[in-house]
Amino acid sequence: MVHTFVCLGVPVAVDVNSGAVHVLDKTAYDVLTLLDGPLADTCPQELYGKLSQYTPEVVDEAWAELLELQKNGLLFTEDNYIDPAAATLMQQDAPIKALCLHVSHDCNLRCQYCFASTGDFGTGHRMTMDVETAKKAIDFVIERSGSRRNIEVDFFGGEPLMAMDTVKATVEYARSLEKEHNKNFRFTITTNGVLLNDENIEYINREMSNAVLSLDGRPEVNDRMRKTVAGGGSYDVILPRFQKLVEGRGEKDYYLRGTFTRYNADFAADVLHIADQGFRHVSVEPVVGGPDCDYTFREEDLPGILEEYERLAAELLKRDDVNFFHFNVDLSQGPCVIKRMRGCGAGCEYVAITPEGDIYPCHQFVGNESYKLGNLYDGTFDMELSRNFAGLNIYTRPDCKDCWARFYCSGGCSASNLLVNGDIKKPNRFGCNMQRKRLECAIAMRAIRAGMAEERV
Amino acid sequence: MTHIQTLNGATLKQSAAHGGCGECQTSCQSACKTSCTVANQKCENKK
Ligand code: SF4
Ligand code: SF4
Repeated sequence: MVHTFVCLGVPVAVDVNSGAVHVLDKTAYDVLTLLDGPLADTCPQELYGKLSQYTPEVVDEAWAELLELQKNGLLFTEDNYIDPAAATLMQQDAPIKALCLHVSHDCNLRCQYCFASTGDFGTGHRMTMDVETAKKAIDFVIERSGSRRNIEVDFFGGEPLMAMDTVKATVEYARSLEKEHNKNFRFTITTNGVLLNDENIEYINREMSNAVLSLDGRPEVNDRMRKTVAGGGSYDVILPRFQKLVEGRGEKDYYLRGTFTRYNADFAADVLHIADQGFRHVSVEPVVGGPDCDYTFREEDLPGILEEYERLAAELLKRDDVNFFHFNVDLSQGPCVIKRMRGCGAGCEYVAITPEGDIYPCHQFVGNESYKLGNLYDGTFDMELSRNFAGLNIYTRPDCKDCWARFYCSGGCSASNLLVNGDIKKPNRFGCNMQRKRLECAIAMRAIRAGMAEERV
Repeated sequence: MTHIQTLNGATLKQSAAHGGCGECQTSCQSACKTSCTVANQKCENKK
């Protein structure tokens, strides 16, 4: 499968199965877009007619070059990674190696779009995780992770800083077991920033390998959605705290993480606003919401969003001080193809744990009883449900199998599939269109930065 | 070549040979928590 597109004025061909990416001139682009399968040794007669704007010699020349790529395994390669029958069994015995620890089902903000229903995940009661439960979660992941050495634990909520004692006790407990079990724990925290102070900033910068800091962008955009309990805006409170944290962070990872909704379809301005406040690593993502919410995108919003991504890409090309998460595609050194087939691992490699010790496939499933996997206290774990998730990959999700973006996307988000289509296997088309556009932007940016885009269409 | 410049080679095919160790980061954990882009992640198994 070959995907051709023009983005930022650059004509590109992606050979999906080999991972090869080519920057084309207009002739090669026009030839390639007329083909739907491998090239024959010579150019078929009818093509000259269809490409009458070029002389036959020029068409032949482009044909010969495309053919050479094909012969070298760089165009129209086969997907022979896996026997399709084996695809459903691929991840059956995957050990659990990542936890989303919901240390607090309580929050000190009232964000309008929160999928956690402002912290309590729709349960109606707000609580924090006690140390005993957190330790059980660590024991659980050590036991279930088999020979995997790297274990990730994300402190999540609600707002995890409301349970700082549990966070600290968990880190200490996990570290005390690393040697004996040959594990390497990596901690991350996702915070809204309200409770950041000198002490916990210092702690986070010391212990957490990644910090995800929630800010939506321009003050009016942030404050429209990210409100305090009293209904005021949060921007002025959190911005200086995030700046302070990042100042002390050194080389460690962090992301300023925003959400855009129907109300800020001009989200490029928010990405740039965040960057202008001194933050290099920015991730601004489309809201996840059911069809009945006023802030959720509607079908007619799509073209505008896709254009906005391209506008953002053009802006970001003018500066080198911003790393936008979704435009950061590593073409050559990224993860192996095996990883790219499997997707997020929710429900098998990755689970979320609530303050009550309930286990769910991931943070976005928390509170959805029919997807509860088990509980740390009664020792239950629904292997059958977990296998349903384990069997999800780019070959078993029907739409992904034929999608050019499959090795970059790895198969979409089961939680948003469920929310939008009522089926964890059925990709959310709207989200897929955005995903594919982001990838096109990312690849075109690479080509331009590599100086390969002189000849534009 | 005068019509084509190759930005990236057949790196996916090459990765199949050494891949699958499972030590890399869970994709959704890294920044967004709402999608599973993998292409921006690091491989932990530096050949
Ligand atoms: S973009 Fe959509 S269809 Fe394509 S691989 Fe991702 S989830 Fe599947
Ligand atoms: S199902 Fe979606 S939200 Fe959950 S871990 Fe996977 S990509 Fe992330």
